[in-house]
Amino acid sequence: MSAPIARARLPGREAWRRHGFFVAFKWLILRRLAQVGFLALFLVGPLFGLWIVKGTLASSLTLGILPLTDPLFALQALLARHALDGKALIGAALVLVAYAVLGGRTYCSWVCPVNLVTDAAHWLRLRLGLSENTVFNRQARLWILGALLVVSALTGTVAWEFVNPVTILHRGLVFGALYGLGLAWAVVAALFLFDLALSARGWCGHLCPVGAFYGLIGAKSLIRVKAAQRAACDDCLECYKVCPEPQVIAPALKGAPRGLGPLIQSGDCTNCGRCIDVCAPRVFRFAARWDRHTDDMPVSVTPTAGANRQAA
Amino acid sequence: MSESRNPEKASRRDFLAATARTACAAGFFGAALALWVKESQAVPATALRPPGALPEERFLGACARCGLCVRDCPYNTLKLAELGPGPAVGTPYFEARAIPCEMCSDIPCVVACPTGALDKSLTDIAKAKMGVAVLVGHETCLNYLGLRCDVCYRVCPLMGKAITLDRLHNERTGKHARFIPVVHSEACTGCGKCEKACPLDEAAIKVLPPKLALGMLGSHYRLGWEEKLKKGEALVPGIEEMPKRLPEGGMALPEKNASGGFKEFRP
Repeated sequence: MSAPIARARLPGREAWRRHGFFVAFKWLILRRLAQVGFLALFLVGPLFGLWIVKGTLASSLTLGILPLTDPLFALQALLARHALDGKALIGAALVLVAYAVLGGRTYCSWVCPVNLVTDAAHWLRLRLGLSENTVFNRQARLWILGALLVVSALTGTVAWEFVNPVTILHRGLVFGALYGLGLAWAVVAALFLFDLALSARGWCGHLCPVGAFYGLIGAKSLIRVKAAQRAACDDCLECYKVCPEPQVIAPALKGAPRGLGPLIQSGDCTNCGRCIDVCAPRVFRFAARWDRHTDDMPVSVTPTAGANRQAA
Repeated sequence: MSESRNPEKASRRDFLAATARTACAAGFFGAALALWVKESQAVPATALRPPGALPEERFLGACARCGLCVRDCPYNTLKLAELGPGPAVGTPYFEARAIPCEMCSDIPCVVACPTGALDKSLTDIAKAKMGVAVLVGHETCLNYLGLRCDVCYRVCPLMGKAITLDRLHNERTGKHARFIPVVHSEACTGCGKCEKACPLDEAAIKVLPPKLALGMLGSHYRLGWEEKLKKGEALVPGIEEMPKRLPEGGMALPEKNASGGFKEFRP
């Protein structure tokens, strides 16, 4: 009897029933393909000698010409009073601009390999119905980010790279050619168990300073999720359940009476698109930042007062 | 408890308390991170940095740990440090006894470095200072034992400059010579080919990081003969006559030679 109950906790069933599998899982599938695809770009070199991308997420060279560098690394190196070479500076600037446009935390849900680990932990957490939860302050990651920048400046080192699970995992995968992860397994296991048993979405959603940094970069990004049909919302709460940062939804979805627009404004949103997937009434879609109006109301739904009123 | 009945005041107090708690947690994290960073800076003596690497403490503020130098090393010499004991995780290094540096003339690892952790001003690989070879096994080195191994001398890319064979009398046989390998630190690049080639079970010649290998004079030390050369004359004019402290009853001093020393003095 416990299986159907556990299954009932997993969101997205209604959207699946009404719109079919590929609509209800579209962005999730695309996202997994992107995550695996980015990893594959780094891996076909060491595995098959096909060098498309060399290096790791910290700094890489694509097709022998395009340098890309993690701007958080660059910032720490500058704080450590190292005058970075031009290649790293250009690479960091390119990444900075890209995520300022795409949404900083798009990195978290579409590129970062740790997301696969923590999403798996969260899936299992829902599946097992684990409800014990240590809730960390969502601001904690910003404080951690501040602390590591201070430590970088004080020690004259790129301090976060001594412990960064993102690059430790990615480096383990790319340089261990998938199987030679070594002690990086311990990091993966620690994050998985932490998110599974101790804190729901604890790492990516509350503590990771890399996410905090990219959230700041993308605070004014052009690509946003929009509650375009928010009047059609049937209050099923499924979007809140799947969202890794549920605090970002309410202002856009339920802000109409307060005169708030339908765009999800918070830089915390990872543009993962799961809310778009699981919503049976199809409230959400991706939109450009300047696209601030709700879509035309479906015939069956009466517009609520203020639904089209925009924040100044 | 009138304050707690004022919801605005109470929520502000909650906010401040939560912020203070988070700030303390961040302080805890920062302190732990700083300790870990300091703890992880010990590099084992067998781990050598790639050519052109900045001094260790600056290197750790510059290296992205991306591995581009490792990828462009044609001889698989360079490795990235894994978690655990050894150099800081993800930083490039090599072990001479495993795979030494082949001293590519175009230095591809330095060219590949995007951050400047490997200094681009190094363009002549013979000027690299990855380490310095030290003959540590005076008891085991075959040449020290009086045999003609000479392998370290022969494989040295700077043969005759970085390692020379100096002749010493073989006291054991009484009639042979011993050819002692002598490292000249100003020429040695620390490539590690000598350590790799040493035929002993444990190499008698080892490449060590320069700081370990060379020692360092006290920063206040001045070498009189160099200072004299710089000045062009003696720093103290004239030789001061020191009071003669002789055993009671006096004794004859040995004869002086032309340079002012004593003729029969033996150090």
